[in-house]
Amino acid sequence: MRTVKHVTCPVCGCLCDDLELTIKDEKVVKVKNGCALCKAKFLGYSKHRVLKPLVRKNGRFFEVSYEEAVSRAAEILTEANYPLLYGWSMTSCEAVSAGIELAEEIGGVIDTTSTLCHGPSTLGIQDVGISSATLGQVRHRADLIVYWGSNPLIAHPRHMERYTIFRKGRFQKEKRKLIVVDVRKTETAETADIFLQIKPNMDYEVLQALRALIRDQELDVDEVAGIPTERLEEIADTMVECRFGALFFGSGLTMTRGKNRNIDAVLSLVSDLNKLTKFIAMPMRGHFNVTGADMILTWQTGYPYAVDFSLGYPRYNPGETSAVDILLREESDAALVVASDPVASLPRKAAEHLAENPLIVVDPHMSATARMADVVLPSTFVGIESGGTAYRMDHVPLPLKKIVEPPEGILSDEEILRIILSEVKRKKAEQMENP
Amino acid sequence: MKMELIIRNGFVFDPINGVKGEKMDIAVRDGKIVERVNERKALEIDASGMLVMPGGVDIHCHIAGSEVNAGRLLRPEDHFKYSERKTATTRSGSGHSVPSTFTTGYRYSRMGYTTIMNPAMPPLMAKHTHKELNDTPMVDKGSFPLLGDWWFVLEHLSNGRIEECARYVAWLMTSTKGYAVKIVNPGGVEAWGFGHNVHSLDEQVPNFNITPREIIRGLCKVNKLLNLPHTIHVHTNNLGKPGNYTTTLETMKCVEDLAADDKPVIHITHCQFSAFKGSDWKTLRSGAEEIARYVNNHSHVTLDMGQVVFTDTTTMTADAPFQYTLHELTGSKWTNQDVETETSVGIVPFRYRRKSYVHAMQWSIGLELALLIKDPWKIFLTTDHPNAGPFTAYPRIISWLMSRRAREATMKKINRRAQSKSLLPSITRELDFYEIAVMTRAGQAKALGLKDKGHLGVGADADIAVYKINPEELDPSRDYKIVRKAFRRAAYTVKGGEIVARNGEILKHVKGATLWLKVKTSQQTKVNEDLKRRFRDYWTVEYENYPVSENSLDISHPINVEAKI
Repeated sequence: MRTVKHVTCPVCGCLCDDLELTIKDEKVVKVKNGCALCKAKFLGYSKHRVLKPLVRKNGRFFEVSYEEAVSRAAEILTEANYPLLYGWSMTSCEAVSAGIELAEEIGGVIDTTSTLCHGPSTLGIQDVGISSATLGQVRHRADLIVYWGSNPLIAHPRHMERYTIFRKGRFQKEKRKLIVVDVRKTETAETADIFLQIKPNMDYEVLQALRALIRDQELDVDEVAGIPTERLEEIADTMVECRFGALFFGSGLTMTRGKNRNIDAVLSLVSDLNKLTKFIAMPMRGHFNVTGADMILTWQTGYPYAVDFSLGYPRYNPGETSAVDILLREESDAALVVASDPVASLPRKAAEHLAENPLIVVDPHMSATARMADVVLPSTFVGIESGGTAYRMDHVPLPLKKIVEPPEGILSDEEILRIILSEVKRKKAEQMENP
Repeated sequence: MKMELIIRNGFVFDPINGVKGEKMDIAVRDGKIVERVNERKALEIDASGMLVMPGGVDIHCHIAGSEVNAGRLLRPEDHFKYSERKTATTRSGSGHSVPSTFTTGYRYSRMGYTTIMNPAMPPLMAKHTHKELNDTPMVDKGSFPLLGDWWFVLEHLSNGRIEECARYVAWLMTSTKGYAVKIVNPGGVEAWGFGHNVHSLDEQVPNFNITPREIIRGLCKVNKLLNLPHTIHVHTNNLGKPGNYTTTLETMKCVEDLAADDKPVIHITHCQFSAFKGSDWKTLRSGAEEIARYVNNHSHVTLDMGQVVFTDTTTMTADAPFQYTLHELTGSKWTNQDVETETSVGIVPFRYRRKSYVHAMQWSIGLELALLIKDPWKIFLTTDHPNAGPFTAYPRIISWLMSRRAREATMKKINRRAQSKSLLPSITRELDFYEIAVMTRAGQAKALGLKDKGHLGVGADADIAVYKINPEELDPSRDYKIVRKAFRRAAYTVKGGEIVARNGEILKHVKGATLWLKVKTSQQTKVNEDLKRRFRDYWTVEYENYPVSENSLDISHPINVEAKI
């Protein structure tokens, strides 16, 4: 029995780094400080593993060596004209870095799961900017917390405990006020001081109404999205009167009608509020390293997701170069999926085209996507069996630890991608010599 | 591996060793400058009719880290037109004012630069900064942690505990793999935590019993106690506000008594932004004369220019309250990121226009400072990249400094009122290649305390730039366009003894080293224990997960520093 302290949790964007794990016979047997999602992962991750590389021949999987699987993967990627490299939100920054180099080498498109959740947040930020802060700033200073279209008690269980409502801060004088805006009464809404239940798909209207109200404009309507105007006025006053407000938004805002326009509106509202008080906004990023994938793509290519290398330099045009759109147009002719299960999350038509592509999956699990694959490369669980770096939702980088040994012979995402990359380079050099 | 190289017959400018354009050979072995090499075996560069200088050193350029990346993210429109294709030797990239990391390294190398300092690292984000620096090839690099508003600094200094403060700074410097103490709008950044600012050296910082003056003086003393190679690196209070030249003068004066042996104790960075006279934007005038007069009469200050160039760019600083003002002033999109317990950052896109009175005055002020300060060892060439313009504008600035005609050519095109208020027409000084070598490498290396950089003496790092300029034939005053072109694309860039770029083409992608300070003080264990105990009251990460591990640096180059305490 041994314990490992200060472990970073590889589940959600909160990236809590205060876990204490008890290890017995190279298995995690006890998790201290973790939430239910965290415990479920650490105690149950080892189920449904793939432990041998698989290659599909005549419609059936055959167990092969890494060498053979990598060689087949490299062949698929080298022969492709427009390969798609997708996923990246549940692995280390180091693996993403290798993935970008691979995408560049083969002239492919690299896109992350941002495209399905907070892609619109990025577009909103590119339109109007974002007034933001690290979570500790919120903890020390905020007296008003707003969750909009997000349900942290379920999706980010320790967010309120560690960063917003329940954590004591240096300048905190009294209990912080909590506003929840959602289309249904969520678990988080149950705990709110003020709950605003708005009509579905009308977030944009409410946000713009609030923008008008904080500028002391009068609304000539009695209600907006089912909320009486007087009540909105109260909310606007509460926002203006706080000393430090923090608004967190989730996919309830990014993936409903209006999408990036909703984000334009929410970020503009928060920006406007800074004329009157201090206010920050933050997207509630889901997967534990989706922020890191965005970050690395941005510093290596200039763009955060949906990066197309088919012309030899990075191009970015979400709607054109984003995974869903490429798949719907049936343009990709091969795909590599890393640390993600798009068959379970993409629109059906897109998933169908993905399955039709020669498909390589790097994943510790036999995921739905892996079942459709032509090559499956089993990998370690990042943050449990291999280390690296991940980014919290507020862009704070934290170390991921290797806590237990991986099953014998299993490589990490990063290692697998590096050997695919060198195999691709070797094959290309070979082709150059014998065209 | 024994790599030998000889650079023959160039006109060598090596100010630190007093070499002023003499024709000589430079010999290189295993990445270092040596007396001589085996001339038959060594690779030879024929530098006849060319300038040979130490590789360029940049004391202040925002090229990596969370704020730079937030700038990249904010500005896809900055990248679309500036794409760089992947080649057999180089990675692809994009960006004009906030280029991607690989591209940043290549662009510096093409200009003959080999060492750069990234001046604003939020300590909590140090891992990020170093990851980006790992991905910035071709140059050696360092980073300055932002310390002027760190709660531990404010608390210790307000209680007069200089030595304790020094020990905490030592811990942070080593933990974040930093190179120098950076102070940005001291007190103002903490005040920004609640949307406020401070407006003078003696204003009380809200919630802390301390003033900006006490922070600057305190950290200046800390810097001396710790024996750090560079001085404190200061972005003044009131930056970017009309009338702020008086704040700058006061800032320099406030550490006058801490200087000894004619050694600098403070570096005022991107001074152009802090040299405004006047009471509002309409009455803006240049405060360069007053600042230059002070600097000419004192030896405890160095400065860098922060020269404006007329282009579209991205402004980014830890002076988040100033960035908010800029957002209100321009209406441009605005990103802000406060960092718990430590600092903040603000980002606003900006275009410097020739026809704007204020922008044209800013252009003039930067050049006035550089030309009115007599000693080139006191003022260095920077654009505060990308704040006053991207670093790729350095060749243009060199031509302005070397040629009155170049200045006049630009002067003709700027705002009429600015033409009449500018001091430039009265300045006849034209810098020579020796002075340019000081301002772009030797002086910067000396101010940074980089002993092996910025010169070509035996034992120095073999970081060398060769430019296609024959100083015997070319008159830089007249042929400023040729000068500009030559500095844009070095004929050869040698990094660590290898030819890495030739005529603007990258021949080899090399990783540079990360320079950082390993500061040793007594009683460090006690400080570590105390920090560990109190850590969770300050941050939202664990003490153990905060430091940057040395093995996360691709090439680590620690510099041991023995503190006096």
